[in-house]
Amino acid sequence: MRNVFQPESLPELWRVFEAHPGASVCAGGTDLLVKMRSAMMNPESIACVDRIPDLRGITTEEGGMLRIGACATHGQIVSDPAVRRMFPILVRAVENLGSPPIRNMGTIGGNICTASPAGDTLPPLYALGAEIELRCKAAQRRMLLKDFISGPGKTCLRQGEILASVRLKPPEGYYNNIQHFEKVGQRNALACSIASLAALLQVASDGVVLKAALAWGSVAPVVMTCPDAEKELIGKPLTSETLRRAAAAARQCANPISDVRADRDYRLEVLGNLLMRLLEVAPESAPARDY
Amino acid sequence: MKISFTLNGKSTEVDVAPDRRVVDLLREDLRLTGTKEGCGAGECGACTILVNGESRLSCLMLAAQLEGRCVTTIEGIGEEGRLHPVQEAFIECGAVQCGFCSPGMVISAVDLLGRDPNPGRGEIRRGLSGNLCRCTGYVKIVDAVETAARRMNAASDVKPDAGEKERVVPGAPGQGQRR
Repeated sequence: MRNVFQPESLPELWRVFEAHPGASVCAGGTDLLVKMRSAMMNPESIACVDRIPDLRGITTEEGGMLRIGACATHGQIVSDPAVRRMFPILVRAVENLGSPPIRNMGTIGGNICTASPAGDTLPPLYALGAEIELRCKAAQRRMLLKDFISGPGKTCLRQGEILASVRLKPPEGYYNNIQHFEKVGQRNALACSIASLAALLQVASDGVVLKAALAWGSVAPVVMTCPDAEKELIGKPLTSETLRRAAAAARQCANPISDVRADRDYRLEVLGNLLMRLLEVAPESAPARDY
Repeated sequence: MKISFTLNGKSTEVDVAPDRRVVDLLREDLRLTGTKEGCGAGECGACTILVNGESRLSCLMLAAQLEGRCVTTIEGIGEEGRLHPVQEAFIECGAVQCGFCSPGMVISAVDLLGRDPNPGRGEIRRGLSGNLCRCTGYVKIVDAVETAARRMNAASDVKPDAGEKERVVPGAPGQGQRR
């Protein structure tokens, strides 16, 4: 039998960490309990962090930054008006994550700390240049999400430290432009992605791409960004020729694995093809999903 | 560890290992075997319950997490001697074959109709996308949820503010608060 702690404040959490350094953090439990059941993890005790107010809620801060508490569930994120208004790219990724009950349980902080190459929130958060806030008893630090995740399942989280929030800056001038996310999986719901793409584009009225941020999931040990592919888009009209060149650059940059879901060659094909969808994506819209 | 929570409208206290899975607490300890366990990994939805009015998977929750919360299982969806409109519609539409997925399906349908009283067929499929059925092919399940939605809306038109404040599980007795 393991102890299960449910601290209701950060000071209470620090006391749990001090007394039980081997405790695993449980936010939504959708990864932790699966890993415990399959004997991939066997923590001596569990600290549930979902009752800590400092880790919850979605708020707009000074300077227009949006703070998403690490324990905000995917369901809360999808239904938050500010997220929906400013970050449709994140909404599109989260609304197809798992299933309705998984979205009611799983949290953005859990998705980040699990650091799966297939984590659905990660490509949009990379494209948005998300910053994260880490807290421990004595200190607080911030870093870019891309610097936090160091490998599949690996992060720079220190002993006694917790991911407290994600901070997003509304993409300047990206309004009315393209915020696109698409995941390819074996089915539409409850699918671990075979490849996914988050694309944030600013397109001028003459159709020329002014800014581009691209991030792929499931095609490398961590989320892949590819400045070479972005360079192929910037300064050019969004034509199939432009996108084909960007796709070729992205394939050069990727290093996918073969696994139970798809083999390497399929992933290389798909990760480039995902870019071609940008031709069909009118501003503020996404491909319809047919269930 | 003693845990106090509300189960199907009744205050409940159990003495249980804090890391016992909720599905085991419900089925093995409390003998509420309506909740099923399929995969044990969050992929099939058979173990879906409502916690504070939201659908959750009882195979991915620890008993300790129920402290102070409000749980509704399939046993508490209807009233004594009267099925919930979703359950009635499942029977009438032939949405049940082997029945193993049905408790989870019904709970997910109730959760969906609480958020969206007028879902189209696409929204119904999306709302039930976490629940696997290997018998029906889903068509009759979607029919049943459409039928239930129609009836529940007709019933609430007759009594416009009946139980609006209290309503947790649409169409069923109030149990705790939703969202």
